Amino acid sequence: CANGFADEYVSQKISKTRWRPVSHSSLQQPDIFATGSWDNEDNKISFWSIGNNGTTGMDDGFEGDPQLLCEHKHDGDVLDLQFLDQDRIVTASSTGAVTIFRHHQNSQTISVSQSWARAHRYPCDNAPCTGVVCSSPEIVTVGEDGRIIVFRADQEGVVRVIENADSSTIHAVTYLRTSEILTVNSIGQLKLFDFRQQSNSPSQILSLSGDRVPLHCVDRHPNQQHIVATGGQDGMLCVWDVRQGNTPFSLMEAHSAEMWEVHFHPSNPDHLFTCSEDGSLLHWETSSPSDMPSFLQGGRNNSMISRSAMAPAGGNQSLINAWLSGDSSKGRLETTHMLPSQTLSVNSLDVLGQCLVCGTDGEAIFVNRQVPV
Amino acid sequence: MEEVDVEPAITNIPAASAGTHLGFAWGPGDILVYETLYKASGAIGSGCPCIHEVRKDEDIYSPILRKLFNESHHIFVGLQTIGEDLPSKNKKPQFVSISKNYRSVIRACMEELQQVVSILLAIELIWNLCEVLFIDAAPAGSLLLHLLDWVRLHKADVDEKAREVLQSESPAEHHDYWNVVVSYVLQGRLEEARQMLVKQATLQPAARSMYKLMDTLLSKMPFYNPGGTQTLTEFDVKWRHWHEEVDRCLQDNSFASNKHLEVICKILVGDEDTLLEHKDLLSTWYHFLVTRLLFCHPTVKPTELHYYAQSCLTMFLDSRSVPEPLDSILLAAFEFDIHQVIKDCSIALNNWWFVAHLTDLLDHCKLLQSHNLHFGSNLREFLLLEYASGLFTHHSLWQLAVDYFDHCPEFGRVYLELQIERVPLDTERKALKVLRICEQRQMSEQVRSICKIMAMRALRNNRLGSALSWSIRAKDAAFATLISEKFLQDYCARGTFSDLDLIDNLGPAMLLSDRLTFLGKYREFHKLYGEKRSGEAAKLLLSLMTAKIAPRSFWMTLLTDALPLLEQKEVIFSADQTHELMFCLEELTSLNTTDEDTELTKVELLRLALARNLARAIVKEGTVEA
Repeated sequence: CANGFADEYVSQKISKTRWRPVSHSSLQQPDIFATGSWDNEDNKISFWSIGNNGTTGMDDGFEGDPQLLCEHKHDGDVLDLQFLDQDRIVTASSTGAVTIFRHHQNSQTISVSQSWARAHRYPCDNAPCTGVVCSSPEIVTVGEDGRIIVFRADQEGVVRVIENADSSTIHAVTYLRTSEILTVNSIGQLKLFDFRQQSNSPSQILSLSGDRVPLHCVDRHPNQQHIVATGGQDGMLCVWDVRQGNTPFSLMEAHSAEMWEVHFHPSNPDHLFTCSEDGSLLHWETSSPSDMPSFLQGGRNNSMISRSAMAPAGGNQSLINAWLSGDSSKGRLETTHMLPSQTLSVNSLDVLGQCLVCGTDGEAIFVNRQVPV
Repeated sequence: MEEVDVEPAITNIPAASAGTHLGFAWGPGDILVYETLYKASGAIGSGCPCIHEVRKDEDIYSPILRKLFNESHHIFVGLQTIGEDLPSKNKKPQFVSISKNYRSVIRACMEELQQVVSILLAIELIWNLCEVLFIDAAPAGSLLLHLLDWVRLHKADVDEKAREVLQSESPAEHHDYWNVVVSYVLQGRLEEARQMLVKQATLQPAARSMYKLMDTLLSKMPFYNPGGTQTLTEFDVKWRHWHEEVDRCLQDNSFASNKHLEVICKILVGDEDTLLEHKDLLSTWYHFLVTRLLFCHPTVKPTELHYYAQSCLTMFLDSRSVPEPLDSILLAAFEFDIHQVIKDCSIALNNWWFVAHLTDLLDHCKLLQSHNLHFGSNLREFLLLEYASGLFTHHSLWQLAVDYFDHCPEFGRVYLELQIERVPLDTERKALKVLRICEQRQMSEQVRSICKIMAMRALRNNRLGSALSWSIRAKDAAFATLISEKFLQDYCARGTFSDLDLIDNLGPAMLLSDRLTFLGKYREFHKLYGEKRSGEAAKLLLSLMTAKIAPRSFWMTLLTDALPLLEQKEVIFSADQTHELMFCLEELTSLNTTDEDTELTKVELLRLALARNLARAIVKEGTVEA
């Protein structure tokens, strides 16, 4: 397949893909990933293998093609999915439910381990749960109802609820520190919540001056806890330093439609990956003379437009030009389109080691086992 | 209206009892049927409270076919964007390659399915023939070679049988041995036939010369080489020469002692009766056709095909059997009647997928005459619209349909506008995707409508921030006003603001509606007051009224808010400002004719406070600083 990707059409629109974590000590490449579907009458979560470590006895010979290991019905769209540990995943459902599924490796079956139905809800309606993040055994979820809920795996009830954390939809959440989370919402705000505090108010609110563009995704830098990247409705990639007030460190034009996910590479954070409704998956790579990657060096860089540039989103062109142009001492940023041209949205991606997996609305999964990082 | 081509299919509704009077309503892809109160005899019955949904097209719900739809969608979009600047001649190889892509997708689906789905086989067969005849449009000479390939591709059981024979202990004595040899010859695979015959030859050393003769005949059969220097005429001469030689062998009974070899010789000379004796090996009339052409008329021209096709069909089917729909479709193809092929396929097949994609490809090859149909669009567009409309009824595949509508220049947009509003929006994520589709196509009506639906839903669930976010997206000032009203009512009722995180951070969105601006500014006033920046607070408060940002209904509240500022020890409002406040109060009271006691008391209090403040202000301003 083109560009080193193996593809597989799977007869369901994929909303989320996640690699199963590999232990840090082993140098193995990831070989199992989970996917969740959406917009089906019967949605599913599935586990797949790419046979990196001989886990499946594949004779077909098509190395790298994902093989389905097992699947399980899921009530509602899978709006988010995270691995809790090697065997369990947590899903966020459009019905408002939060569910833990266990993957039994020996029998290749899946069972429901724990479920909190209607965790997110309105008084008379379902409220979709839009995001989940975990740091075993703690699980934090957010939803369209503006609630933040903290669970513990293996505990029946809810540990803590922050009611009305937000008057708009919270789209994504990430951990900054063990007791601090960051959420992004549909009026373009980043909010920090500190669980050590009794109060339910955010400890800090950040937002872009200018239009309140809804934010859809957020990811924290693996090594530096105060650096986060966000992406939103206008396809702009922003990198923030949460210690430093109200303007993002840098803004880059990335996509011509909603950016759905942004990920720093967990072991090589000079690499960043984003995917979007416009059907593209971008690989951002900095090469900087100094130690700090260029997107942490501030300013808007209009020289850092992707090689196969797409039309800028919205009318931000004049703003970009008004800022400093790229300075050679600030290093270079290269962007590459990783996927062959797609018309339908790339909803999700995950990257671990040298492997990247992504899922699209064209009902296809793409796996690349030689990501240049 | 034209007459009906085929009898309409009758579908029985099992749950509805016999004799009931049914009513119906058309849906986008189905019919809703219900039992009415009326009985056939005229009396009023009790009726059943059920609604039945009758759906014709079950195929789109099959998971394997979903792969077909998705992959072919990708190919379809690629086809539409092939450069318009290339002349048609140069595009032919691209079209052939796209045709092969479609076919490989079909084959991939067939491999996935456990049991052979004959409909997919038929589709691939027809498509392949159309590719050979229409898209590749091979001339005489190459035409037969392509047809040979076509037949070989769809008759795979020969290889299976051959494998079985070869793997046996003594292949030459296997009961299927001669069947395999003859099948190879019938398909023009003479090299393989020769290899098989060698095995028999070694067993019969006495008949060696006969086998040698057969081997020679088989090896010398000329095949046209399109890339070579030999012209078609030269090939024809050579072929006739060979044909005469074979005939001579037959006439002098060279193979009389071996009936198998005799049969093969007769086949080589193109003897129809012999060919027909092997109907079971040929199994289809089109195999018979191609074989017959191979051994009688290899330089057949495309225009001559249909004579042979018709006669072969008649010869092959005995009087008892009736031609099937597939047969008439293939016949129409051999007659180069593209429209008939499409029409017959549309009737015979359940789903529009095949005809839509094939017609689109043929249209790109400029093979369809553009005669307009009664409904105003051309054939290609009609079929694509039907196919895409079918996709739209699917809960998941509707996204594919959008691209198809995009490439229907006449009615695509209208269809899309009507359909896209009916996609159910359960989550914000789905609504965002639908909105993106509408915005990219400047469908502003639909954008407004969808945003309004989402905003109303948010409002109903008291998610004011979400509601505002949707209004901003639709640039819906009226709705933003509505939301602000709600906030303000809330404030009046409770005395505090809810959702401060929203109001405090409105940013430029504040300008969307006057009421929203007022809300933002009013909150700002409260903040200033809380921070004890009284002078600025006062100025802001005043400007809210004088600049007419505040709605009249709120003025009383604003003036009441001014009271604590008026009562302060320090003089905050200047004389001029106090005058203005008084003016506002008078304006308010002159209009209002309320006679509630509380209202009157408030007004009195205000008048008093204003007067006192005015006095102090005048004194302060008049005092010369020492």
